Amino acid sequence: MSVLVAPLVASLVALSAGLIFGIGLIVSGLANPAKVLAFLDLAGAWDPSLALAMGASLVVGVIAFALAGRRARSWIGTPMELPKRRDIDARLVLGSLAFGVGWGLAGFCPGPALVALGMGLPKAALFVVAMLAGMGIYELLERWRRPGTPKAA
Amino acid sequence: MNIDWTAFTPGPAIAGGLLFGLGAAILVLGHGRIAGISGMLGSLLRPVRGDIGWRVAFLAGLVAAPLVYALFSALPAAIIDASPAVLILAGLLVGIGTRYASGCTSGHGVCGLSRLSPRSLVATLTFMAAGFATVYLLRHALA
Repeated sequence: MSVLVAPLVASLVALSAGLIFGIGLIVSGLANPAKVLAFLDLAGAWDPSLALAMGASLVVGVIAFALAGRRARSWIGTPMELPKRRDIDARLVLGSLAFGVGWGLAGFCPGPALVALGMGLPKAALFVVAMLAGMGIYELLERWRRPGTPKAA
Repeated sequence: MNIDWTAFTPGPAIAGGLLFGLGAAILVLGHGRIAGISGMLGSLLRPVRGDIGWRVAFLAGLVAAPLVYALFSALPAAIIDASPAVLILAGLLVGIGTRYASGCTSGHGVCGLSRLSPRSLVATLTFMAAGFATVYLLRHALA
């Protein structure tokens, strides 16, 4: 594949993947914060639906990643880039804790927030702006902690 | 435990889960990349030349999903009860937290668990527990 065509084809693959992913979030109910919070409310009137959504996605995911793990290259010939890290550090745990608290406060995680943004909901836009600001704060903290180019995780 | 059977939607939940699993499958088999949404957003703030287009395309697909869905069927409601102040606090926590954790519900939850990654298992158990605890505090302990 030519150098010019490859990024375009990769973008088309990613666009269709994102579209299907987003439609899946809408169909499952994950794009609705009220339903996410009903799932997280174990002590209240619990709605277990999203556990099934997660489980169903893992059935497809386990097969797909098993196939991907046996390939050196993707369908379009780009290298298979799977994460290799296996260490469990404080950043992973504390970051996940902060993320979970934010998730429980609003009912939004990053993907569903972007889908709700596409629904034209002003409150979703506010959440997305705050989330991007949070990611910007992370970049600033990392640059201050480690001058130079911070290593991508 | 008190299950709200009237709110339980097993069919759409399973169908939707299969679809977002398929989205992640297409990205990894088609382009060799992990569908990690917080990572894609974060990398927009730290762009690497020549490796940004597919991320923008995936994120555009997510934002466009409701528009495409609406062509075929009425969009289901998305009810956001949180106040603007809570949304800002929640957004900041999700933004900072997912970047420190190198992933969110998609990268760790869907892709990482599918890869049987121990890091992703720890991350997913942690953010789930924090989510359960936060909702418990807000709706029961402090309410």
